[in-house]
Formats: sequence, structure tokens, C-alpha cells
Amino acid sequence: MPDISREQVRHLADLARIELDDAELDHLAPQLSVILESVASISEVATDDVPPTSHPLPVTNVFREDVVRPSLTPEQALSGAPAVEEQRFAVPRILGDEQ
Amino acid sequence: MSAPLIERSAAALADALASGETTSVELTQAFLRRIAAVDGAVHAFLHVDAEGALAAARASDERRAAGTPASALDGVPVAVKDVLATEGLPTTCGSRILEGWRPPYDATVVARLKAAGLPILGKTNMDEFAMGSSTEHSAYGPTHNPWDLDRIPGGSGGGSAAAVAAFEAPLAIGTDTGGSIRQPGAVTGTVGVKPTYGGVSRYGLVAMANSLDQAGPVTRTVLDAALLHEVIGGHDPLDSTSIDQPLPAVVDAARAGAEVDLAGLRVGIVAELGGEGYQPGVQQRFDEAVELLVEAGAEVVQVSCPSFVHALAAYYLVMPSEASSNLARFDAMRYGLRVLPEGVDSPSAEDVMRATRDAGFGDEVKRRIILGTYALSSGYYDAYYGSAQQVRTLISRDFAAAFERADVLVSPTSPTTAFKLGEKLDDPLAMYLNDVATIPANLAGVPGISVPAGLAAEDDLPVGFQVLAPATADDRLYRVGAALEALLEQQWGGPLLSADQLALETEEHA
Repeated sequence: MPDISREQVRHLADLARIELDDAELDHLAPQLSVILESVASISEVATDDVPPTSHPLPVTNVFREDVVRPSLTPEQALSGAPAVEEQRFAVPRILGDEQ
Repeated sequence: MSAPLIERSAAALADALASGETTSVELTQAFLRRIAAVDGAVHAFLHVDAEGALAAARASDERRAAGTPASALDGVPVAVKDVLATEGLPTTCGSRILEGWRPPYDATVVARLKAAGLPILGKTNMDEFAMGSSTEHSAYGPTHNPWDLDRIPGGSGGGSAAAVAAFEAPLAIGTDTGGSIRQPGAVTGTVGVKPTYGGVSRYGLVAMANSLDQAGPVTRTVLDAALLHEVIGGHDPLDSTSIDQPLPAVVDAARAGAEVDLAGLRVGIVAELGGEGYQPGVQQRFDEAVELLVEAGAEVVQVSCPSFVHALAAYYLVMPSEASSNLARFDAMRYGLRVLPEGVDSPSAEDVMRATRDAGFGDEVKRRIILGTYALSSGYYDAYYGSAQQVRTLISRDFAAAFERADVLVSPTSPTTAFKLGEKLDDPLAMYLNDVATIPANLAGVPGISVPAGLAAEDDLPVGFQVLAPATADDRLYRVGAALEALLEQQWGGPLLSADQLALETEEHA
């Protein structure tokens, strides 16, 4: 039964890098349970011999000539950045204290 | 006496520009005045670019004077859904996480609009990241339906549909992942087209579900939609899923359709898309429209697409799965919002991501990201995402079988007319059901159009008639859509929409 617990939602939000407070967990967990319940029957629809479709049209790899084309300048690429230093994206520390 | 400029079709405006009756600057000013007068009540726009639009209009008038217009629609203004990147103009996707972001490049659709000489009036409101059916999930407040300001304009492209319905723009661009062009078209009495998947470039379209998303025209007439489709459609090397073959002759098809000869056309009524769950007034207008097609020579075939009953479930697994992956790019590092968590000394990048994504995403976006993360997680992948992909195959097979027996398939676009703002806001499942008739086309990649079919008897609100065609046969939508439009307007004595009947507080009326 696809009843999704508050703890599971907390774990999934963690995987998706979203901080949820208790009020949000209370609000979202029951809604997600209802949605999951409504889609649960999906696994009983198709038999094993039905191939999956990941894309509506046949997709093949697309190649192009390896030639230089116009692209963004460093200033343009950095224009929306929250913080910039020496023509680079400035980000918070990426390692934890314990690492 | 001819109609006021803002009430004319884009095709008529193009004629007025060609004959010298008006100029693009005059036209653009007229729409900017209309926006100033009514958008306080409608809220179709998130950003109006008066200066940019007028500069483009002046350039258009110069081309016209030199005898070198860039396209048939050169000088006719357009509004663009805020999910398409516009160089130097705010592009928020209706989300706080992109508040203030000005892209350094244009989406291909936008570049083509500019190359064809269409002044861009501004960016239209939408459900956050196109997730919704009412535009109430916009972080910047809902758009109101011009027919009744207490009601939803549909979604996610409610802003584009409302802008066109309220005569704030003659043309607009929408995007359709599960119905976000067609359902707003239906509930606002306008025309909306979802082209064949791959028919219009997705380069610069901020992805929600990239195997489903497709941009397309939002207009008041079928011919206008075809004219706009021709401007934005066709192969683009910047989109690897773009179809590398010529666009079907959609404008010719719309013109031919208006001649109303449907002899030999086989129209399939899909048993699973109608009847129970559909508002009686919606079903009634749909049935009457089918009768009109029959009178015009079409032959009706009943078809069954049994897998369609599972389309909604498949969609609500495939779409959130793709969305959870696509929206991972909003990480507070390279663009958009960055929020530092409270009370944390020297927060890590991951702490900042978590805090930013909590503050920057609304409820519906969080629901879908979490749902998608669940469906893709090990242990659930096969049961959910894998099964949904198999159902997608079954739906495509149903379409293939149905198109053996019918040239086009038809249904009501949306099961109900526009509901009240707030009515379904906190009931996700009820909201999702709005797209029950539009979703199968996205899953299979086939094109669809919604054409106004009249007003429902019980509430006097617009009803949409949906036509679906096989992949790359978009021209059939226009032939049938234009025929139905001509037949209905004959009956009504004119278009469904008129500026007079809208309950808008305007300066003219004040």
C-alpha cells in the first residue's frame, strides 16, 4: 500500500535537497499519500512483454561538425550568479566539518 | 466601419499594416494602453516591456516603409509565457527561485519571433514551472479569467490565454506539457495549439518534463494560430529532439478549412474522453459541434482507446520524475535565488541549497519533486516509473489503432468550464483531473488544438473542443479547427469573444 509516511517524505526531501519544516511535512505527507494511491494501479496495467517508452518519437543521437560557434562571454555567463569572484562562480564551502 | 484595432485578428492586423491603414507603433501603443487599462484586474502579465516593444515596432515600421517586411506578421505584437528565455527581460517561470533573473540569451522561439519582426509586449503569468491547471500556483499571484474575474483562466498558461482573451495581445506563446495551452484556451474561449512533439524547438524553454513539453500558439482565431505556428515551428539544430523535416502547411490548411468542406474526413469520437465526469453543458456543446462537422460532410467513427483511462496515472509519474531531475539545476550556485540558512555559521553549499529550494519553490513544485524522487528511487523505480513508461507505449498503440480508423480524434478539451479561484487549490488530485482529456496527446507526442465551442448552458462560460491528429500531421488540426470555427461563427453571428461582453473594469468604462 503506497501510504507514504512523514519520515519517508523527510527522507525524500533530503534526497531532493529541500529543507522542509514540520508544518510543511504535516501538510505534504497526506497529500502525497493520496496522489500515490491514485497512481498505484499503474503497475497492474501492462504485461511484461510491453516495452517501455521513454520518449514520444524515435530519438537518435544528433551530431554536428566540431566547429567554433558563438557562445556566451564570461560576463554573460556570470550575469545571473548570486556571487562572483575573479570571473568565477563563488559558492559556499562544499565540504562538511567532518570531511 | 472596421473594428477597433485591439479587437481584430492578427491576420487582419497584418493586412492593416500591409495596406498602410496603421503602423506597428500605433498598434503596439494600442495594446500597451489596453494592458494598462485592464491588467490590474486580469493580471495576465508578470512583466510588460513597453520600451522594447515600441523599439521593435519602430524597426518594423522602417522595414515596412522600405518595402522589406520580415514576415507576414511583421509588426504584429505578441506576448510570451514566462517560461521561455528572453535576453535581458525577466524570466521567472512564475517562481521566486528565478526572481530577477535576466537570461543572457533568447529561446529559439523568441529568436524566431524577433527575426519575424513581432514586437514582444511582455512576459505572461503561469503556474510555477508550468505545474498547475489554474495559474494559482504562480508565486506572483493568480491570473483572473476575463469572462469572470472570480474564476481561473486555466493553467499553466493562464496568463497567455487571458492576455489574448482580454484583448491585451493579439497573439501569445504558451507551452503544453499536459494541457497547459489547450485547457486555458478552452476555459477562456480562445484557440490553443500543442504542436507535434519536436515540431517547435525547446531550446531556451525552461524544462519541466522534457519528453512532454512543447511550445505553441495561443490566439483568438485558428488562422492566427497557424500563422504564428509557421513563425515559431520547424527544425532547430540547438534542440536534439527537434524534428528534421519541413513543417506541414498549416496556414494553407487553415485557409482551406475555412471553406468548410469536410467530405471524406473521418472524425473519431474517443469513448474514454467524454460522458461520465464531464459537465453536461460541456458535453452538450461538444455533441452539437460534432453534428456541425457531420453536416459539413465529415463521417463520424466511434473509437475506443482503453489505455487512456490510465493516462493520468502514467502522466503523474513520468512528469514528476522528469521534473525532479530537471529542477535539480536550481541549486543556488550559478543563477537565481541564494538563501543562507538561519542560525548556521559558515553554511555548506548543501545547506544553502536546501534553504534556497525550500524558500524558492512553492508547494506544488515541492510535491512534484518529492513524488518524482520517490518514483525514481531504487525499490520503486520498476513499479512506478517503469510501469508508467509501459503504459505510455500502450497509449501510443491506442492512438495508432484509432488513427487507422479516423483522420482526427475529437473530445471536449476540459471536463468542466472555468472553476472558482481557490476551489481546488489545496486538493491536488481534483486539480490534476482537469487535464484528463489533454494528457494522452503529450504522452504520445501527437498534436492537438482547442477551439471555442460556445458557452455551457448552466454557467455561460466557454467550452473547448479538442482535435487530435497523428504526429507531424498538425495541418489536420487547422483544417478541422478552421471549419468548426467558421460553422460556429455562422451560427453565433460572429466570434465568441467580444471586448464588450467582458466584465472588465476599463478606463473607457470608468
